Amino acid sequence: MINVDHLSKAFGPKLAVNDVSFAVERGEVLGFLGPNGAGKSTTMRMITGFYPPTSGRVTVGGHDVVEDPIAVKRLIGYLPENAPGYADMTVRGFLNFVAELRGLSGEARKKAVHRVVEMCFLDGVLYQSIDTLSKGYKHRTCLAQALIHNPEVLVLDEPTDGLDPNQKHEVRGLIKSMGEKKAIVFSTHILEEVEAACTRVIIIDRGRIVANGTPRELTHRSEIAGAVRLGVRGVAADALTAKLAGLQAVTKTEILAQEDGRVTARVFPDRSRADGGFAGTVAELAHREGWAVEELHTEEGRLDEVFRAITLPDTVKGGA
Amino acid sequence: MSAWTNIKAIMKRELGGYFSSPIAYVFLVIFLLLTGFFTFTVGNFFERGEASLVSFFTWHPWLYLFLVPAVGMRLWSEERRLHTMELLLTMPVTTWQAIAGKFLASWLFLALALALTFPVVISVNWLGDPDNGVIIAGYVGSLMLAGAYLAVSCMTSALTRNQVISFIVSVLICLFLILAGFSPVTDLLVRWANPAVVDVIAAFSVMTHFEGFQRGVLDLRDFVFFLSVMGFALFTTGVIIRGHRAG
Repeated sequence: MINVDHLSKAFGPKLAVNDVSFAVERGEVLGFLGPNGAGKSTTMRMITGFYPPTSGRVTVGGHDVVEDPIAVKRLIGYLPENAPGYADMTVRGFLNFVAELRGLSGEARKKAVHRVVEMCFLDGVLYQSIDTLSKGYKHRTCLAQALIHNPEVLVLDEPTDGLDPNQKHEVRGLIKSMGEKKAIVFSTHILEEVEAACTRVIIIDRGRIVANGTPRELTHRSEIAGAVRLGVRGVAADALTAKLAGLQAVTKTEILAQEDGRVTARVFPDRSRADGGFAGTVAELAHREGWAVEELHTEEGRLDEVFRAITLPDTVKGGA
Repeated sequence: MSAWTNIKAIMKRELGGYFSSPIAYVFLVIFLLLTGFFTFTVGNFFERGEASLVSFFTWHPWLYLFLVPAVGMRLWSEERRLHTMELLLTMPVTTWQAIAGKFLASWLFLALALALTFPVVISVNWLGDPDNGVIIAGYVGSLMLAGAYLAVSCMTSALTRNQVISFIVSVLICLFLILAGFSPVTDLLVRWANPAVVDVIAAFSVMTHFEGFQRGVLDLRDFVFFLSVMGFALFTTGVIIRGHRAG
């Protein structure tokens, strides 16, 4: 549905987006991750036709966004950054206005407004003007606006920003369920969100794509992915390290905590010897040595660690 | 087909925006008070002893100088300040539809304000026997004048997210449009410049073109002038908005 091809955007001498390419099909939810100012919003603005690209091409549903912007805009529901809204309008007036611009009228408009009001829980604030709304409601109003014409493509710039944890959960669920039938791109800072809702993740830093894969693939790039976390009693930390070092499959042991006779350690496998039985090997050793095992599991790897590893060096170098 | 639907939707929203806040009512009251004051007190309506609205229309270029930019200053600067411009221009709406919708809504609002001056027409008809054709021409001219100023304010409001700056710049441009053909200024210019040059400059003034309407003359050239000022200013608005987006 969305095809982004070698897209770049320059503001004066500054390259905000630099040669970005990706595609999103129906049934996919693409998470857009990156530090502030990485070019997430700029990319989204080019997809939705607000900014013309400096070079490269965007097509949505086969329509080129520069040549046929109206056809593209019809297909897309867009939640801009910070969820703008006309301050002096009521929620209902605003949604009616957007529905009208989306070509809905009469009974169809009434139904559409009713549907999004239910979806985004706006019943209580329908007749309130937008500038009196709390941040969460304002955000949901703008989200409702993006969904009003039941678009095939959704572009959401930080859809959960400013929501409380329950609302975040709701919105995430909403995105995930809508993602089965639509093509969705959303940006976020919240990594757990990506794991909860996305089928694919792109990490963008300083205008470039630095990682692209499923959430699982990316977490596997984490240093701790595949390591075994071990909590035992009845052995000293030094002895534990020494014994573990004796195993061929172990490259490194890290003591995480020692208290009340319990030692918690993270044991790193030798990644070049690819086999699945690393946890078993560690368990066997513990059994042989007669340690009382209280905890033993394989770490999944964490996205935030990957994110930091990929984007932090640049940020530091950049002097930001 | 959808072009007009879109323009209508935007007009409706914009007009609603005026009336949902006190702005519209404050403006209408001030406008009516000032037109009354200028017509009857400063313009010596009664002392003139003639059944015409000359003292009413003469002041319009000066009144509009401040009042029209006050109406137009928020058109785009507000959209930029609230970031709703991003929302509006990612709807299936072309930029010119958005510009036209906003402009027409404000123009309609000014037309309403102008229509509410109907008591002066009744008064003058009650007191004497004026030429109502001249009065109608005056109203048409006044509406054209308001439209030209409004298009200029629309342009300046697209330049900045600050309404005050938008207001001041638009007052300055409109002031130029007045002074270029204001007789004290043109009399002064004639001393230095070739009268032909002064005429060319004066041709750019709203005063020169509003005069005909006040005398009851509907000249095609005057219409062309006002409509082309509007066309030019609105076209420039489009260019400015495109410029923001191109970065």
